[in-house]
Amino acid sequence: MMNLATKLVGWIDQRFPLVSTVKAHVTEYYAPKNFNFWYFFGSLALLVLVIQIVSGIFLTMNYKPDALFAFASVEYIMRDVQWGWLLRYIHSTGASMFFVVIYLHMFRGLMYGSYRNPRELLWIVGMILYLALMAEAFMGYLLPWGQMSFWGAQVIINLFSSVPVIGPDLAILIRGDYVVSDITLNRFFALHVIAIPLVLVLIVVAHLVALHHVGSNNPDGVEIKKYKDANGNPLDGIPFHPYYTVKDGVGAVGFLIVFCAVLFFAPDMGGYFLEYNNFVPANPMKTPEHIAPVWYFTPYYAILRAVPPMFGSQFPGVVAMGVATVIFFFLPWLDRGKVKSIRYRGPIYKAFLALFVVSFVGLGWLGLMPATPTYTVISRVLAVIYFAFFLLMPWYTKVDKCKPEPDRVTFK
Amino acid sequence: MSDKVDHSKRRWLFTATAAAGGVAAAGAGAPFVLSLMPSERAKAAGAPVEVDIGAITPGTMISIEWQGKPVWIVHRTKQMLDLLPKNNADLADPASSVPQQPAYCNNPNRSIKPEILVVLGICTHLGCSPTFRPEVAPPDLGEKWSGGWFCPCHGSRFDLAARVFKGVPAPTNLIIPPHKYLSDTKLLVGDDDTGGAA
Repeated sequence: MMNLATKLVGWIDQRFPLVSTVKAHVTEYYAPKNFNFWYFFGSLALLVLVIQIVSGIFLTMNYKPDALFAFASVEYIMRDVQWGWLLRYIHSTGASMFFVVIYLHMFRGLMYGSYRNPRELLWIVGMILYLALMAEAFMGYLLPWGQMSFWGAQVIINLFSSVPVIGPDLAILIRGDYVVSDITLNRFFALHVIAIPLVLVLIVVAHLVALHHVGSNNPDGVEIKKYKDANGNPLDGIPFHPYYTVKDGVGAVGFLIVFCAVLFFAPDMGGYFLEYNNFVPANPMKTPEHIAPVWYFTPYYAILRAVPPMFGSQFPGVVAMGVATVIFFFLPWLDRGKVKSIRYRGPIYKAFLALFVVSFVGLGWLGLMPATPTYTVISRVLAVIYFAFFLLMPWYTKVDKCKPEPDRVTFK
Repeated sequence: MSDKVDHSKRRWLFTATAAAGGVAAAGAGAPFVLSLMPSERAKAAGAPVEVDIGAITPGTMISIEWQGKPVWIVHRTKQMLDLLPKNNADLADPASSVPQQPAYCNNPNRSIKPEILVVLGICTHLGCSPTFRPEVAPPDLGEKWSGGWFCPCHGSRFDLAARVFKGVPAPTNLIIPPHKYLSDTKLLVGDDDTGGAA
């Protein structure tokens, strides 16, 4: 029996690089031995991606991408399809949890300087993933065809029409109509279930290939490839399998406990994961009293609202919002620090990072609130802090007093 | 036949192939992009709409659908019209100099008949539909409020001639769609005989 299996693997290996691929990416991929809690979120993002794809496939079997039937088909899934409510809530909870995991994953990168040389491209590929994820979430939110689906899409697509000269035509091209309509719903469905998931999966593969080529960073921000043993393996590295498959397994179990708690006890999360107005069918004639995007977009939405119209145009706000997302791409070149990890950074970087977290969370909260004059002023202050974190980075990372980095990773 | 490689010929062939391939790709791509533009059916949905305005009580409005968007028809009272000029100092564009209306509505009331206002009910900020607030000086909108629209999304304010106030997110006055009277009480929204069936 054993002999047969070995023979089969040998047969495959002559025709496909099976064993060498598994070795390169799993059993002989050497990762630093000092990973901590923050290193769970990469593998968790992969787990949520799988959850979303599987639950999404089953949802499409009963969902109808038609303005006349979409809302009713979602209610049909919730009430009549066997276990349909579970599939739908898995998918909606998964959407929010995806962003929870990704924001923590990105914050890990900020703390430990994971975007620095030689991992610039890894970071950029990750940022493309983040933008694709935002597009995926935005288009998916239109599909239930509730009031928030409709008016959310209306507002976001109108952002594009404020682009000078080509704006109005661009908005028509996105909608395929003069208003958000059945046509828009139909094409967003196509993009949400085929185009963007394909792109996401392909870029995830590129992200992993890039990661395994340069090797993982670690909480100390020092390169483990500097010191190798006689076999050419890093002295401070351990094979991903079994060490980190087991560790990530524990992370996955912990994550699934949280996931299920939300799923079974608070699937709408008090109106933050699923907004109450979205349980009302879309009505193009009436805007709900208060509209706000889902929580994961609100930091950018608050920045959009914080910028007043200039020269009779909303465009500056739209630009600020776009720059707020795209500016992450430039981090590898904005950071001039001598060390990568926050463990050895000086007080100025730590203060700026803390302020950045405050501004991001604060803007996220303000984006959910109605725009009162007081809130608008606070949004403006926080938006300035948000941009200062990036734009002043070349200066403060350079003058900051860093502690000496250790030669090898620290490990207790 | 020589073994020598003619590099300049190769370069020329490479460029010509790439150029021809690029043109073919652009040509083949065009139908895909054009299929994203509004279909004939979507364009047809923009047809003009006929409305009977005889039954609108003075001081109220009705909302009809044109091109899938709300169009408001407001019957303004004499008192409402008299209050309009009082807003001028607080408006961003009191004289309607930005062409958000057909030429025949470029007047202080922004309408053909002074009392009947026809306006597209879509906020010029990000496309929400503002709420009709005809009352004078309600507690939430302040003492100076003499009737108009309030946008719930981002707080833009418009007076009863659909002109935008200063210091709100909306940059311009609301759009007056092309329209004309077929009779005293019959209104056609979306066409005005000037070829402006927008």
